[in-house]
Amino acid sequence: MNMLSILKKELRSHFSSLIAYVVIAMFLVVAGYSFYTYLVMFLTFVGSDLKLGLWQYTFHYLRFAPLTLIPLLTMRLFAEEKKMGTIELLFTAPLRDIDIILGKYTACLLVYMLMLALTLLYPALIALYFGVEVGPLFACYFGLFLLGAACIACGTFVSSLTENQIVASIVTIAVLLTMWNLDWNEGIAGQQTIAVLHQISLSEHFLNFIRGVIDTDSVMYYVSLVFFFLFLTRCSLAARTWRGLK
Amino acid sequence: MRRTLSYAVVTNDERNAADEHFGAACQRTLMPAIEVEHLTKTYGPSRGIQDISFSINKGEIMGFLGPNGSGKTTTMRILTCFFPPTSGTARICGHDILQDPFAVRRSVGYLPESVPLYHDMTVTGYLNFFAEIKGVPRRARASEVAEVIERCGLETHARRMIGMLSKGYRQRVGIAQALLNNPEVLILDEPTVGLDPRQIADIRGLIKNLGGDQTVILSTHILPEVSITCDRVIIIYEGRLLALDTPANLVQRIQKIPRLSLEADGPAVDIAAALQRVDGVRAVIPTHSENSPTATFTLETEPGALIVNELACCVCEGGWTLRALGPDPMTLEEIFIQLIDAQERIQP
Repeated sequence: MNMLSILKKELRSHFSSLIAYVVIAMFLVVAGYSFYTYLVMFLTFVGSDLKLGLWQYTFHYLRFAPLTLIPLLTMRLFAEEKKMGTIELLFTAPLRDIDIILGKYTACLLVYMLMLALTLLYPALIALYFGVEVGPLFACYFGLFLLGAACIACGTFVSSLTENQIVASIVTIAVLLTMWNLDWNEGIAGQQTIAVLHQISLSEHFLNFIRGVIDTDSVMYYVSLVFFFLFLTRCSLAARTWRGLK
Repeated sequence: MRRTLSYAVVTNDERNAADEHFGAACQRTLMPAIEVEHLTKTYGPSRGIQDISFSINKGEIMGFLGPNGSGKTTTMRILTCFFPPTSGTARICGHDILQDPFAVRRSVGYLPESVPLYHDMTVTGYLNFFAEIKGVPRRARASEVAEVIERCGLETHARRMIGMLSKGYRQRVGIAQALLNNPEVLILDEPTVGLDPRQIADIRGLIKNLGGDQTVILSTHILPEVSITCDRVIIIYEGRLLALDTPANLVQRIQKIPRLSLEADGPAVDIAAALQRVDGVRAVIPTHSENSPTATFTLETEPGALIVNELACCVCEGGWTLRALGPDPMTLEEIFIQLIDAQERIQP
C-alpha cells in the first residue's frame, strides 16, 4: 500500500518536471530516424529479409535508450531527495526502505514502458504493408524491456550513493556502457575469462532476444541484475544507520 | 447507629483504597511521553551525543537548547527513528525506538531543520501525499489536510506551488506536515530559524497552542525563544546534557552574579577607580576600545545589592556624563561557558 503512495508521487513528479518529456521526445526522434533509415535500407536492397532483419537492426540500435537515456530518468530518484532533505521525511515516516525503493523503481519502469509503447507505431505501420511476425517482435520488445529494467535498477542504486544528480547520471552511463562492452574484444583475455565475461555482459544476452530467442538464461540474468542492484540500493540506504545522512 | 458506623468505617477504607487507586491512575496519565535512557551516538570525530537521559511529560513543551553542532539534531533523529543510537534507548508513548520503530514513527510528527519540501507540488498535494504515507485513511484524508491547512493559516496558499512560496509559508507547510495524523509527539528542529519577527511570533503562537494535547520538543539556539514558548529546557553542549530545568530556574541559576553595564563620558581610569569604591561592586571590567570617547564597563555586583542609584550618583559627582546604566544579561555563550566550567569542576 505504502509502495503505491510512493509510486503515485513518483509518477507525478516524473511528469511535472521537464526531464521525462524531453527524454521521451528525444527517444522518439532518434528511434524514429533509425527505424526510417533501416526501413529504407531494407527496401533498397531487395532480397534481404525485411520481416526479420528490420527488427533486428532497429532494436539493436534502440539499445541506446536504456544505456544513455535511462540514467537521465534515474538520476533524480534518490539524489534529488537527498539534496532537498526530503529523504529524511521518508525515512521517518512509517515506511519501510523497501517500499521507498520499489515505489521509485516501479514508477521509473512505467515511464520506460510508456517510451517503448510509443514505438509500437512502427510495427503497426509495417503490419499495414508487409505484415509482422509477432513472435520475434515480442522477443525484441521483451529483451529491450528487460535490459531497461536492469539499467533502471543500476541507476537507482547509483542515485542512492550521491546527492548530485549530474554525478549520478554520468556514473550510471559509465557503468552501463562498461557492462555492455565487457566482452566485445575477445582478444583481451583467455577463453575461460571470456566465457565468464560473455555471461555477465549486458550485450550478449540482449543479442539473444533480438535474434528472436527468449532464453530463460537471459531472462534470469536480467532479473537477477534487477534484484542485485535493488539489494545494493537497500544497503546504501541502510548505511545511514552508521554514517549519518550524507 | 452501629450500622452507620460500620458503614463509615468501610467508607474510610474504601476512600484510602480509592486514593491509592487514584494515585496510580495519576501516575499513569503522567507517564512520560518521551523517556530517553543513556543515549549515545558516535559517528565522525566531533559530532554525536554521549549518555543523554531525560524524560518529558505528556503535554509538555520542551526546549532543546544548544549551539550548532551540539547534538540536538542527532538526538532528534534518533527519537524519530531516522537512525538507531550506538547504545542506550528511548521510548516514545511507551514504544521502544529499537523494538517498535513503526509505532514510534506513527506517533511522532517531525519537522527537520532543513524544512524539506517537494517544490514541484502544491501545498495540498504535498500534504495529501504525507497524509497517505502516514496512514490517514482515504476517507479522512481531505478533512485532515483541510484541518492542518487551517491550523497553520495556509488557506489562501493551499493551491500554490510550494516552490513559489515565501520562507515563512514554507515553514508553515513543514509544520502542517508534522501535524498530520494528529501525532502525540511533535519534534520540531529549529522551526523559527530564518523567519522575520512577525512570522516568528506567529509560529511561536502556533506551537504554544499545541501544548497541553501534544508533547512538543523544540530545538533552538535562541535563548529568549525558550523562555517564551517552553515549559522546560534541556541544555546540550558537545553531545552532553548540561542542564534540564524550567526557564525561570535556569535564569536564576545562571544569574548567580548580577551584572550591570555602564557607559559614561570621561577618563576611563578615573571612572573605574570611582566605581570600584562604591559599596556592593565586586569588579569593574572595562569593555570599551581605546579610541572610543565613551568609557563602557561591565560591573559585577554582590547578589541582592541594589546599587543603581549609588552608581549614578558616583558618576555625576565625578563630573562625568552618564550615558547608559542597566542590567547586563548574560549571553548564551557565557551561560554555556559557565555550565561547562561547572561540569568540568565536578568531573575533571
